[in-house]
Amino acid sequence: MEAVKALEILSPGPLTTVQDLGRYGYGRYGVAPSGALDSFSLRVANLLAGNPEDEAGLEITLLGLKVQALTGLAVAVTGGDLQPRLNEKSLRMWCLHTIRKGDIISFKAPKSGFRSYLALGGGICVPTVMGSKSTNLSSGFGGLRGRPLQKGDILLSDSPHLYLDQAERAFDLERIPAYTRDWVLRVLFGPQDDHFTQEVRNSFLNSSFKVTSKSDRTGIRLTGPSIQKIEGMEDSIISEGVICGTIQVPGDGQPIIILGETVTGGYRKIATVIRADIPLLGQVKPEDQIRFSEVSMDKALESFREVEEMIAQFREGF
Amino acid sequence: MIYNKPAYRIMGDRALLVELGDEISPLVNRKVRELFITLENSTIEGIAETVPSYRSLLIVYEPRRVRLSTLQNAIDELQKSVDISKIPAPKKLKIPVVYGGEYGPDLEWVARYHGISPEEAVKRHTGNIYQVYMIGFTPGFAYMGELPENIATPRRETPRTAIPAGSVGIAQSETGIYPVVSPAGWQIIGRTPLKLFDETKWPPALMEMGDSIQFFSIKEEEVSQWKR
Repeated sequence: MEAVKALEILSPGPLTTVQDLGRYGYGRYGVAPSGALDSFSLRVANLLAGNPEDEAGLEITLLGLKVQALTGLAVAVTGGDLQPRLNEKSLRMWCLHTIRKGDIISFKAPKSGFRSYLALGGGICVPTVMGSKSTNLSSGFGGLRGRPLQKGDILLSDSPHLYLDQAERAFDLERIPAYTRDWVLRVLFGPQDDHFTQEVRNSFLNSSFKVTSKSDRTGIRLTGPSIQKIEGMEDSIISEGVICGTIQVPGDGQPIIILGETVTGGYRKIATVIRADIPLLGQVKPEDQIRFSEVSMDKALESFREVEEMIAQFREGF
Repeated sequence: MIYNKPAYRIMGDRALLVELGDEISPLVNRKVRELFITLENSTIEGIAETVPSYRSLLIVYEPRRVRLSTLQNAIDELQKSVDISKIPAPKKLKIPVVYGGEYGPDLEWVARYHGISPEEAVKRHTGNIYQVYMIGFTPGFAYMGELPENIATPRRETPRTAIPAGSVGIAQSETGIYPVVSPAGWQIIGRTPLKLFDETKWPPALMEMGDSIQFFSIKEEEVSQWKR
């Protein structure tokens, strides 16, 4: 292994972090998974760049990141279209590029989606903490010194020159999920759907919710018709473990979709987004509309299998 | 109350919540710990992660390796065959705390709330042994109970936006320690110099679910000897 200076951060944008696929198995110590919110896009970016799919990359939120290559690099940009540029020319997403020392990649503004992923052949050299390179923002560890990237940061990569002569490759654009502004997320009811009447559950499914600007990596906060628990029940429940995608309903009836920075919660949860749709949560942005659609367990598992098969096919294609 | 049979609640297509009772109590929580450790030592396949809490155990599983129905049946069987002799005794910890002053800005308020002196409030907080019910909220944050009624105090009406790491708080019948700088709604009565969470150590958290905790009072001058 040879750690080589690969990228310098010229401008970090509002929130750019180092993320891999997350830190699992430490929930018992209160440690949330963190990790790329749109794991599908990070996995594809890594495969395009020639990495194992669970390597760390950059998660770029909204706009503003500007990085300069300090050496020749194989790179791929996936996820939301934040209008990436290579030296002021538009950079094609979802394919492998080889860039030269001095080249600048920047992200202008969101055209669709909310988060982009940038992978480098050779990955990003940061310490593995509890099995992961992901940034845990609440406790300040993992990633680059446990914090968002700042101007002047230099990222190292493991022998990036070994990735420069790869054959051209691109991900089939027809297979990329549509990043709409009007989402339909598939859910299974539970774990506390019995704390709501049938009528309220129906209204949950038949309503459209707006994503508020208070949303962040801990949760997507929604506003819409008030989802009220059965009368007489206490405001909160006894705290318990939660996972990314669980939809909790606080006393004010405005649902919050829990994301990867939370490990326990004390609000009742009406439903949970299915695993196949979890990566979409990373592309939902403020002012978007969300509707929820109920599916069966079998359908949920089948949809997940389809996504995994698609990624496996792509991986085995080169 | 402890349920006769575990209640299963589905959390999406990859997690199952196993509920063992309907209350916050040392006994229900002990049952959760027994199941948590028994499951840990079992050979059931496909379990990605387990998170124990007050009265339930969250099991995150890999549905491609284990079916939900198989998992539920396996838990039913495990639950019946918990062997107490294989459950290690909880760890006992004594936690030094500087009470009051800048370390515990709410101690006076808590004392006034109960019509007692700050010294008496400290005596009541240190005079009890607490069980760690759950680690959550932030890495290493231990929720502990039961706080004796004569010291139990409601949360602050206005949460603080940031309190120092090590702050010891109380809220209703629970007490806890904030491992990192965080917002806090609990009444802060003191601060421990111990490091509650260290991602470079194993295990990373000083306390684990089930541990038995007693606080003792130290003076400000003694803080340095407890730092590690």
